Amino acid sequence: MSDIAQTGFSFDATPTMHNDDPGKAISGFWLFMMSDLIIFSLFFATYATMLTPMSIAGGPGPKDILELRSAAFETGALLTSTFTFGLASLAIAHGRGRAQAMGWLLVTLALGLVFLGLEGREFARLLDIGAVPQRSGYLSALWGLVPLHGLHVTAGVIWLTILLVQMGTQGVTGRVRAGAARLALFWHFLDLIWIGIFSVVYLGGLA
Amino acid sequence: MSDPAPQSNDDGYRRGLRGYLSGFLIAALLTAVPFWAVATGRLSAVATIAVIAGCGIVQFGVHLRYFLHVDLSPGKRDELHLILFSLLLLIIMVAGTIWIMVNLNLRMLVMPGGDM
Repeated sequence: MSDIAQTGFSFDATPTMHNDDPGKAISGFWLFMMSDLIIFSLFFATYATMLTPMSIAGGPGPKDILELRSAAFETGALLTSTFTFGLASLAIAHGRGRAQAMGWLLVTLALGLVFLGLEGREFARLLDIGAVPQRSGYLSALWGLVPLHGLHVTAGVIWLTILLVQMGTQGVTGRVRAGAARLALFWHFLDLIWIGIFSVVYLGGLA
Repeated sequence: MSDPAPQSNDDGYRRGLRGYLSGFLIAALLTAVPFWAVATGRLSAVATIAVIAGCGIVQFGVHLRYFLHVDLSPGKRDELHLILFSLLLLIIMVAGTIWIMVNLNLRMLVMPGGDM
């Protein structure tokens, strides 16, 4: 129990909770995330096979369209947001009060929005310079992989907003804690996927 | 005398804080090194790729350990098995795809310069 409490993913099963086995709920969420990991890995595999000159098809390649600077800012925002979500998990697990938990969750939400803004700007620039998905196989793969992650972050941002509303209106109840524990896993998982994206797409492409 | 319970709770909080903080700092370092390598271009191409791959794989483990709290303890065995099995599937599918497609690509490249 103390081991679980330290991690920040602890939540008490209260009689009012719908799911009477929180351990099972977390295990089920791990199953979902791992199936999601497989989806991402196939997008990565597709991306890797589309790096040949034939797939770039005379269109722009990674060195022509990707920028290290924006990738660095996006990485910084997402990595910091995963840390601030950890601080929120800790505040929830150790009963530090609703204000502290919601404060760190709001910082996380803001950083998530910053990340989405940066990525949106980056892909709007790609549209402007004609690096559209239908231009080449390489660009199709790029537009498939990176925005798929962005779509996941968007889902996380929506979920986080709902969680904040629940926490604000209901307080830190067992149900809200269970939701926060799962969203924490999801958010950390998205940062894990981003390691693959910045390593393979940006650093690998610009090296 | 004060109640001992909040004290131990405080200790747990501090321990948890230290965990997230170390995870964040190690992850930031493992991110900064490959970005530096690519930005400066001071290393050879092979060394740069090696640094990117090495730091990426280590950072994967750091995130699992410090943020997703998966370690070798018996309580986390189910998650660990699930992750390892998923990684096995991932490696088979990704490596298999790349292997087949690179092979096909090489065969296609022979055509224009061939006897045809």
